[in-house]
Amino acid sequence: MAVITPGPADLYRQMRLIRSFEECALRLVKSGEIVGGIHPYIGEEAVAVGVCSVLRDDDLITSTHRGHGHVLAKGADPGRMLAELCGRATGLNRGRGGSMHAADVGRGILGANAIVGAAAPIAAGAAWAAKRSGSDRVVVTFFGDGALNQGVLLEAMNLTALWRLPVLFVCENNGYATTMPTAAAVAGTAAGRAAAFGIPAVTVDGMDVETVQEAAAGAVAAARAGDGPSLLECLTYRYGPHHTIEFRMKLSYRTEQEIERWRLRDPLEIEGARITATERDRLDAEIADLLNAAQEFAKASPDPDPSGALDYLYASGLRARAGVR
Amino acid sequence: MAKLSYAKALNKALADELERDPAVCVLGEDIAAGIAQLTLGLAQRFGPDRVTDTPISEQAFTSMATGAALCGLRPVIEFQIPSLLFLVFEQIANQAHKFSLMTGGQVAVPVTYVVPSSGSRAGWAGQHSDQAYSLFAHVGVKTIVPAMPSDAYGLLVSAIRDDDPTVLFAPALAMGVREDVTTQLGPVPIGSARVHRVGSDVTVVAVGGCVHDALAVADELSDEVSVEVFDPRTVYPFDWEALAASVDKTGRLVVIDDSNRSCGLGGEILATVAEEMRLVAPPKRLGRPDGAVLPFALELDRAVQPGRDQLATAIRAVMK
Repeated sequence: MAVITPGPADLYRQMRLIRSFEECALRLVKSGEIVGGIHPYIGEEAVAVGVCSVLRDDDLITSTHRGHGHVLAKGADPGRMLAELCGRATGLNRGRGGSMHAADVGRGILGANAIVGAAAPIAAGAAWAAKRSGSDRVVVTFFGDGALNQGVLLEAMNLTALWRLPVLFVCENNGYATTMPTAAAVAGTAAGRAAAFGIPAVTVDGMDVETVQEAAAGAVAAARAGDGPSLLECLTYRYGPHHTIEFRMKLSYRTEQEIERWRLRDPLEIEGARITATERDRLDAEIADLLNAAQEFAKASPDPDPSGALDYLYASGLRARAGVR
Repeated sequence: MAKLSYAKALNKALADELERDPAVCVLGEDIAAGIAQLTLGLAQRFGPDRVTDTPISEQAFTSMATGAALCGLRPVIEFQIPSLLFLVFEQIANQAHKFSLMTGGQVAVPVTYVVPSSGSRAGWAGQHSDQAYSLFAHVGVKTIVPAMPSDAYGLLVSAIRDDDPTVLFAPALAMGVREDVTTQLGPVPIGSARVHRVGSDVTVVAVGGCVHDALAVADELSDEVSVEVFDPRTVYPFDWEALAASVDKTGRLVVIDDSNRSCGLGGEILATVAEEMRLVAPPKRLGRPDGAVLPFALELDRAVQPGRDQLATAIRAVMK
């Protein structure tokens, strides 16, 4: 299966899709149609898009609590994704997962995961299964700088290196684990952790999608060729809150000046400058239409039937005893 | 008549499933050597790709099994030490168990976790002697505690074929048991109980190694009371229908299991029977004390385990 590497227009389009999707989701959080809030991906689009642009349809990813960008970049339908955030029966997970668990296994999305670092060994297991079966699928596991101090991530690095599993570790270093600055939490570096296991690692500008794409392409090709895991650290920034709960409280863990400084390197502006204004306008309009349709689809979708609240609890069909009998 | 040992039954079940289904594979520590007996000889027979030794990274290889299961494998994991289940509770209860529901039924996670030698092994002290099946039953992970070799065989086979994550506790007290096997070994359905001894006066629900204590005490008291020994075999899902049939007949209930008393399995059995069944006398439960940590010295270890004398006393008490 050959991969045609997407060029600037496609990369811009995908980033615009994620940005606009998140803006739409933020409006739906404010209007109460999305309950529980979201962890917006705005600012980090170049990472998901750059990495997923070099993946095949049958490659796999695992994602994080801040996962909308990864899920969309790997090809999930925005309407069904939005329906999932709204808890509708037509959602990717039939309204059972929500923002932090969105999955579309048919598209290689093994799921967003709400425990920091927890998906890394799951990705390693998927890669182990792929390798055993003789397939050349690659598995990408996205995680944030906060995961760098989780034991399972390091255990997974050891096992993938030891067994030369086709895993790409993508560290989205956005400078903060919730409110804790990376510098206050991480001794050493992401690349240093990888080096300790003999895993090749590079740190790149995570605001430039083409830089991310180029680095990911090399790492994915190596994994596919049987050379084992790599780590790609993308230096990025989230323009919005850790979680929308921040809109209701005044937290001061970073300055406006810092946010403004990063805004000067907005990934959409960087890539947008590489296409013509006409092309950009056309893509913006196309995405606006697409998201209007997605929103209409989500809003028109039925709520799940409460009588089936515990459907799918067991794959074998076992039914749980009711809480009240 | 062939005598089948419990450890050999588990080993044979695993070998038979590895032979039958190429998707079955085994991960764990020291399993090529077979130190915990479960995998003895299997790495030699099936090769290191099917029976794979892992480094001491329980959390990672437990979730690796989940990832592999998402891609079509049916991994079996061995934990040498029951307390390792605390270490991987996140990976089992919060990851593997939740995937089917959270994805809206997109995936199944058919992983089997086996603990050969759970509970007290006499002399292994605080961090090697737990019997945490109530914890898994509480979160809804399928939980199996076979007492007999034929059930160990049949339930391990069923667990491996089951589409959900399943924990099999092989109690240390049962690992040495041998059974006359007169019929063909085969799968035993998950969630079905077994009455080892039919009786009419009192139902003794016994779990795992305690089944053997219950059978001995039932024999001992046979002149004064007719004891029905009821072995749930699966503690989650529990075979309530079979228990109702037994309790309807006897009207009396004693539960013996070696989980801790507070929020333990015994409490759930008593509660469900009180809500839904009819007893003619107040029931009794025997277990470890609330929140017990197993002390090292043998006398202390035994002092916190439910024993045969206590069971005889409890049976007599419910008969009064």
